[in-house]
Amino acid sequence: MIKNRIDNLFEQKKGLLSIYFTAGYPNLDDTMSVLTALEKSGVDMVEIGMPFSDPLADGPVIQLASLKALNNGITIKKLMEQIKDMRKTITMPVVLMGYINPVMHYGMEAFLKDCQAAGVDGVILPDLPFDEYIEHYKDMMDKYGVHYIPMIAPQSSDERIKYIDSKASGFIYMVASAGITGNIKASLDTRTAYYQRIKALGLKNKAMIGFGIKDKASYEHACNNADGAIIGTAFIKHLSDKGVNAIGEFVSAIR
Amino acid sequence: MSKYSVNSNGYYGRFGGQFVPEMLYPNVDNLKKVYQEILNSESFQKEYKQLLKEYVGRPTPLTYAKRMSAAYGTNIFLKREDCAHTGAHKINNAIGQILIAKQMGKTRIIAETGAGQHGVATATVCALMGMKCAVYMGEVDIQRQAPNVARMKMLGAEVIPAMTGNRTLKDATNEALRDWISNPEDTFYIIGSVVGPHPYPDMVAKLQSIISEETKWQFREQTGKDLPDYVLACIGGGSNAAGSFYNFLDDETVRLVAIEAAGLGLDTPDTAASIARGTEGIIHGSRTMLMQTDDGQIIEPYSISAGLDYPGVGPLHSFLAESGRATVLAATDQEALDAAFELTRLEGIIPALESAHALAGLKKLDFKSTDNVVVTVSGRGDKDMETYMKRFKL
Repeated sequence: MIKNRIDNLFEQKKGLLSIYFTAGYPNLDDTMSVLTALEKSGVDMVEIGMPFSDPLADGPVIQLASLKALNNGITIKKLMEQIKDMRKTITMPVVLMGYINPVMHYGMEAFLKDCQAAGVDGVILPDLPFDEYIEHYKDMMDKYGVHYIPMIAPQSSDERIKYIDSKASGFIYMVASAGITGNIKASLDTRTAYYQRIKALGLKNKAMIGFGIKDKASYEHACNNADGAIIGTAFIKHLSDKGVNAIGEFVSAIR
Repeated sequence: MSKYSVNSNGYYGRFGGQFVPEMLYPNVDNLKKVYQEILNSESFQKEYKQLLKEYVGRPTPLTYAKRMSAAYGTNIFLKREDCAHTGAHKINNAIGQILIAKQMGKTRIIAETGAGQHGVATATVCALMGMKCAVYMGEVDIQRQAPNVARMKMLGAEVIPAMTGNRTLKDATNEALRDWISNPEDTFYIIGSVVGPHPYPDMVAKLQSIISEETKWQFREQTGKDLPDYVLACIGGGSNAAGSFYNFLDDETVRLVAIEAAGLGLDTPDTAASIARGTEGIIHGSRTMLMQTDDGQIIEPYSISAGLDYPGVGPLHSFLAESGRATVLAATDQEALDAAFELTRLEGIIPALESAHALAGLKKLDFKSTDNVVVTVSGRGDKDMETYMKRFKL
């Protein structure tokens, strides 16, 4: 059983706010300054995006940020160097999020070893299917104390969700509506029906809602239906427009 | 069960799989559960075979290429997918998948396309079946394949430009997958090659296997012999090669030869030879050979042929190459152009640039005078006339 900063956080607090940002963006060396500003602004957790050339679950905003970061020269190796001493100053849980190909290329075990050394608490790998994780990587992730954070979506069946919940740890990432990141099509009513379905299943794991959470209203709506919310696209937009110095302003507008 | 068949988890050896985000899992899983049953059902087979015969014009001829045979000192047969409706083998798969989509109650079709052949095939079957159709195509490809864009529009499809990345086939595929994630209920994604998450590689291979099914009996009928010695096909994603090889996989005496696009050359960065120059990775839902950087970022490939311009290759082909069942060669742009010209002048057949790569393979093999060699001409060259005009100064 893994027990790390993620588990401690969920024991202590409700209505959590997690922010997603892209490593190496807007400039290559901004990873630590964004992370530090987010910690200062009082967010509860962060997800650092590891850019990929073909991010098929992402909308245009995160795609562009990823492309810019890749052009800046970000790599997993570079990111690991940037965050290797983060635990001297950063106390909140840190999750890395990215697509499976660059991670496989880096080597899963080498990647997890570096995660452990840097103090990374979890990974979100959307295109590593849950069953592949269970079969091939669960033991490895347990060994290095890194949670695999699974996703569920509105179209996931009850049976599938219960199965994932039974084997998951850390928390479950609830994708708010059918769509890619930054998609805000679904109305709050549509979402409510889905959130209530999940609530009725009585999951053992904590859950965070992400995709399409963009402001105070959608954040609060998510918090009423789960343990917290994840904001990505809206934050990247703000960061692109206003820069690293205005991060506190974004967070205080949410809560 | 052939040792070259996909296993129940969607793998050929270690290649393949189902690397999709959870948002796509229900769709892909559902398709996995029903595709075999639908494909094997009598009603599907009846309708599919009837459409292939009466709409596509199958069987396509197996043509003994007399002057080519003399030139190469062997016996060359051409499997003529260029004679199929819409001008290429792509229609075999599009017809099969739209029947599956209908059976599953889907009402909207999406597809990706590079050169536009698969997009045209999909738009064609959507018009035939009265289904809504959206085709994703890289903005760069839209500009260089204007006639096919016009064909799709005339057929009633919406052509949506992919504006991300390098704005070619890989990006069109990403956009189609994003569309599918966003419209999981009513939409069916008709993938054009033996790529993507399981069950697509197997489903598309089975729908294209009609090519080798016909080749086999046509060859017997024409020669009185049991099996050819060689089967050659070009390979980008690998759908015509999969179809050309499929019914010969277990006939181990038949040498299967896949010809990749070397672009400007295997030793240059401008190549699309994923097996020769790629490394193992995961793209569009399956583990396969892939053009990528040391950091695992996907590299934009290059070939004169838009249909071979894909950074990955179907997982079946990675497996056939690694197991040694298939020989993989590569032909450069120039070799393909020369082969296209040669076929045109010796046999009166203008091949697609993709198919010209398969023909270029003939120069790279040592045939005996008694050998029987089948080359699949996957499509006709109408769509490539602009390139031919430029390169041959016509």
